[in-house]
Order: sequence, then C-alpha cells, then structure tokens
Amino acid sequence: MKKFTSTDTYIATPDLELAVNAAMSLEKPLLIKGEPGTGKTLLAEEIAKSINTEIIKWHIKSTTKAQQGLYEYDAITRLRDSQLGDSRIQDISNYIVKGKLWEAFESKEKVVLLIDEIDKADIEFPNDLLLELDKMEFFVYETKENIIAKNRPIVIITSNNEKELPDAFLRRCIFHYINFPEREVMEKIVNVHFPKIKKKLVSEALDVFFELREIPGLKKNPSTSELIDWIKLLLSDDIPKDILHERDENKAIPPLHGALIKNEQDVQLLERLRFMLRRGK
Amino acid sequence: MLIEFFLTLKKSGIKTTLKELLDLIKALQLGVIKFKTEDFYYLSRSIMVKDEKFYDRFDRAFSIFFNGISDLDLEFLKNEIPEEWLRKQFEKTLSKEEKDKIQSLNDLEELMKKFMETFNEQRKRHEGGNKWIGTGGTSPYGAYGSNPFGIRIGQDGNRNFSAAKVWDKRKFINLDDDVEIGTRNIKVVLKKLRKFSRIDGQDELDVGETIRKTANNGGFVDIRLKPERKNQVKVLLFFDVGGSMDPYIKLCEELFSAAKYEFKNMEYFYFHNFVYEGVWKNNERREDVVYLDEIINKYGSDYKIIFVGDASMGIYEITHVNGSIEHYNEKPGELYFKRIKNHFDRLVWLNPIPKEDWEYVQSIDYTRYLTENKMYNFTIDGVNQAVKFLSK
Repeated sequence: MKKFTSTDTYIATPDLELAVNAAMSLEKPLLIKGEPGTGKTLLAEEIAKSINTEIIKWHIKSTTKAQQGLYEYDAITRLRDSQLGDSRIQDISNYIVKGKLWEAFESKEKVVLLIDEIDKADIEFPNDLLLELDKMEFFVYETKENIIAKNRPIVIITSNNEKELPDAFLRRCIFHYINFPEREVMEKIVNVHFPKIKKKLVSEALDVFFELREIPGLKKNPSTSELIDWIKLLLSDDIPKDILHERDENKAIPPLHGALIKNEQDVQLLERLRFMLRRGK
Repeated sequence: MLIEFFLTLKKSGIKTTLKELLDLIKALQLGVIKFKTEDFYYLSRSIMVKDEKFYDRFDRAFSIFFNGISDLDLEFLKNEIPEEWLRKQFEKTLSKEEKDKIQSLNDLEELMKKFMETFNEQRKRHEGGNKWIGTGGTSPYGAYGSNPFGIRIGQDGNRNFSAAKVWDKRKFINLDDDVEIGTRNIKVVLKKLRKFSRIDGQDELDVGETIRKTANNGGFVDIRLKPERKNQVKVLLFFDVGGSMDPYIKLCEELFSAAKYEFKNMEYFYFHNFVYEGVWKNNERREDVVYLDEIINKYGSDYKIIFVGDASMGIYEITHVNGSIEHYNEKPGELYFKRIKNHFDRLVWLNPIPKEDWEYVQSIDYTRYLTENKMYNFTIDGVNQAVKFLSK
C-alpha cells in the first residue's frame, strides 16, 4: 500500500508520518490529539488525497449518539406513512437511514473515515463504537442483516482533550499527539501555504508570532491556522514592507492582530503591555 | 527482546497491554519501519502510549532500556551476571572523578555500596529545582534501578551516544500528571471541573425520546426521562493570600476565574495563612470582613468547599488564641475551621506544596488532620482526586 508522507500542501513530521503508516498497516483507528489549530482535521483530508481516495467526515456534537453513525430508524415517517396508507410501510428497510460508518463500510474502495472531535460527545460514545471499529461490522436489528465492511476504511479520530477517552477504546487505537511545531517546521508550513512569500517577511512574522506565544497569561495562544490566516491578511493587505520591522513603537500589538488574537481580554492585555513598554522608555 | 521492552514500560507506569505488544510485533513484521532506532521509538510510542501525559514517562523508560540497563534487582545481578560486566555497567553511569574514586575498591559489594552512596549524594545535590527527581518517592522503577539512571538521563543522557536522542530531550515533561499545573494544564483541569458540574441534576421529560418510543410502540405512550444537564454545583472558594502564597496566587485566580462561568453558584473568599472569625470578599479592601457566622448562615451544607493554600505557618497560628499574626483572635483558628468543616458536607484543601514535603511541616500535617485527610496536591492528579471526592 502507498505510504503517507508530507505533501506539497501539508507538512507532516516524521513521527506523524510513522503513526499514520502504522495505523494504515495495522488497520487500526488513528487517534490524533493536539492543540486546536495544529492541523488535526486537515490531516485526514491529506491522507485521503495522498492515497487518492474519498473522505467521509463525521463531525461529532455533544448530542451525537454512536447509533447515528451506524443507522437510524425513522419511526416517525413510518408512523405518518401508516396514517396515509402508504404501501412503503410494509418494508421496514425503507425507513432505515444509513449513517456515516455504514457509508464507509459500503464503499467499493478503501476510504478515509474522519470522526472529528470525538471528545465533544457523551462519555459513553467511544465505548458504543468499540466493536464496530474493531471488527468493522455491525448488526441492523430492524432488518436482521449484518453489515460488514467491504474494505476496512482508514479511520482517523481527532480529540481536543475535553473529555478523557475510555481505556478500552484507547487500546484499539494508534495514538499520536501533535506537538506544537518548532520554528523550522513552522517555516516549512508557511512556505507550503505561500510558496512565493519573501523569506524576510516569513522570518519577521514568525518572530512576532513566537514572541506572542511566549507572553504569559494569554487566554488562547495563537496556533498554526491562525498564523496562516494572519500571513494571508498581511499579504493581501499589501501593508508597507517594514511594518513588522518597526515594531518597537507598538511592540506588543502586531498589525492586523485580529487574525491572531481572538479574545477581547487578550487584546486588552497586549494593550496594557504596550502602554507599560512605552512608559518604560 | 520486545518482551523486556514491554516490561520496562509496564514498570514505569505506562498502562499498556499484551494486545498492544502484539500490535507492535505485527507492525514490525509488516515492515512499517526500517532499522532505525528513532523510527522504532516513534512506532512503539504511537502503539503503546495512548495519552500524551505518558509521553515523558515513555521517554524515560525508553532511555533506560536503550542504554542497555534495565532495572534488575540486586540479588539477581549478583547471581546471574559476571562481575566484570556488571562493573563496567556501573562504571558507565559514573563520571570520571567518581570512577577514579572507586578504582581502589575491589569487592563488588563495596562497589555497590559506594555506588549507592554516590547516588544518594547526587540526589541531594540535584534535588533543588528539578521536579522530576522529586517524584522519586513514588517512582515506579523499584528500589534500585531507575533513580540513579533517572538522574543521569536528564544530566547527560547522551553520553553514550554521539548525538542527542529524541527521547532524551524530554519535550513532553510538562504534559505529565505529576508535574505542577501550568497554563496548558489549567485548561485540562477546568474540563474536569466541568465534568463534575454536570453530573448532578434531576430527571426531566425527554420529549424527543418519548415521541420516538411512542412511535416505535405503534402509538402507546411511553414516557422517557433524562437527567437534566443543569449546572447544579455550588462552590465556595477560600484562597490563602499574601506571604508564602504569593507565587501561587496568580495561578489560583487564573484557574478559578476561568471556572467561574461553569458554576452558577460560586463565591470567592480570601484569608491569610488560616481562617479566623472573618474572611475578605475583596483582597484589596480588607476592611470589608465577611464573618464566618454569615457564611454558615447564608450557604447551605450542600455547597462544596475548596480551600487553596500552602498551610505553611507557625503551628500556634492554628492552635492558639491570639495566634494570628495580624490581629487578636479570641478563639484558636482550628475552632473556626472546624465550624466550617462541620457545617458543610464536602470540603477539600488544595496545596501547591509538593506532597512529599507535607509531613515535614507541622502546620501542613495538622491542617491535613483537620481536613480529615482531604488535602490534595495542586497538580492535575491531585485536583482530579479532589474533584472526585467533591462530586461523590
């Protein structure tokens, strides 16, 4: 099978590459954790792209039930149909709505199945999917049929660490924690997104960015995706070349900070810092 | 070989099972990696470790294992392994001066004794700021093996290698549970608090589920209930301020002010060193005293009480009339504390001082006794336990 490597649109560190390849060879789900904005969701898309297959996304919300990923029995439509005397009502399979997992199991070729933000769901949610993910099969009670995956999909699961996942579930996964990228990796990431960008701008932007991340007490540290957005803004806004350079005056607040800092209190904190810096002079 | 590796991981407290070992072997058979130790490190980590907080422990265990030394016990060493080899292994872990020092010793027993001494000496010398040795007491590696090497790993772990190895960099140290709370960790703790704030609640009618079940039943009404997901938890927080707590107070405030929106009913109070007849609502305006009687009258016994403080003071500040260093207290502090303790059902004390040191400070030990052993470390793990107790 094709191995997963960094692409020209996505930079994967060697350890991440290995984890993905191990998960693909062992045919086990890959659980990805990491700070928000480090490219967890993007990874699934890139894997799909690199092995040239479809991706099926299942976004989890706090109300999502495991059963919804398999199938749902639409009893209400059936009840209504029975009142109207519709003949469809005779066949219960008319009212079985397929879920994302079923979709992935049914697919003719190997697909990537993304279960996004699994920690948002109820605590029991992962447990309810144990067998389904392990054996890649499940049973439909209403129609008494057993659904078995034709091709075991590559399952990518992301988590933001809001809840702890049960041990039994973890046992069945390959795990990878995306650490916040170091400067060299970050430079590569920026280059991938903006191939024509000037080196100087990148290095200055990264200076500002990492400085910002080092300020203690920020509620939300800017992450990779925010950096990319910010550089996009810098480029499109056509700001004067040396604005990043002349940071002395407004050192604490970078230009177009709205893309980097998403929290009112953080902006206030930076403003206070700037005020103190000025007064200090 | 892999079994040995697996056991080393197990001993270092990583929860891994046979199933994962088999997975690792399978992955090796499938040829996921070529013959690079670094690749093996990444591969085994992603298969055996399922939580980033164990990454650091894994790094340490990996380092121990790949330095060719596993923690065998002393008897086993003496009986099974040629002395010559053993001596070399020990010497490997010693510095040049230390080597010279022990050159004169012939007997293996003596050598080992000396080795232990050096190790003890080292521990004393290094203990200061290095938290990772401080956890030695609970270290899972057994009596002899890992601690000396534990010291070594951080200090000059790459001595036996030409270049620094990934696992010796210990990048994930602040993700470990036992480490004190940092900014990242605070977020995780908050999520724990949220969890417990949602457990409480009463049943309410689940309209959607009732309709569905009724439809399934072919029209017979089947009433379904579900627990209400309201925030029912009420919390009173008492912060120790000033003096020895100064380094921690920002941490505390950060932690709980962010938690504020999680709790509908949450109040802050401040005190200095120990509670007496009154506490302050606002640390800057200390003249606004809230008397303990008011608190006990106003808040029901179902409020959860969290004290945050280092409980480090003169013991008389707790036990004596006029013990307070700030004012004249008519009754000893412990009496006031007991009144709080008796009124409320659940009370915990979070202490930022490392647990290992508690028994050496009389006032901490006594406060712990007063809380009926419900004092917890101000670490992720400690807060976790405290939350567990509170939500019982």
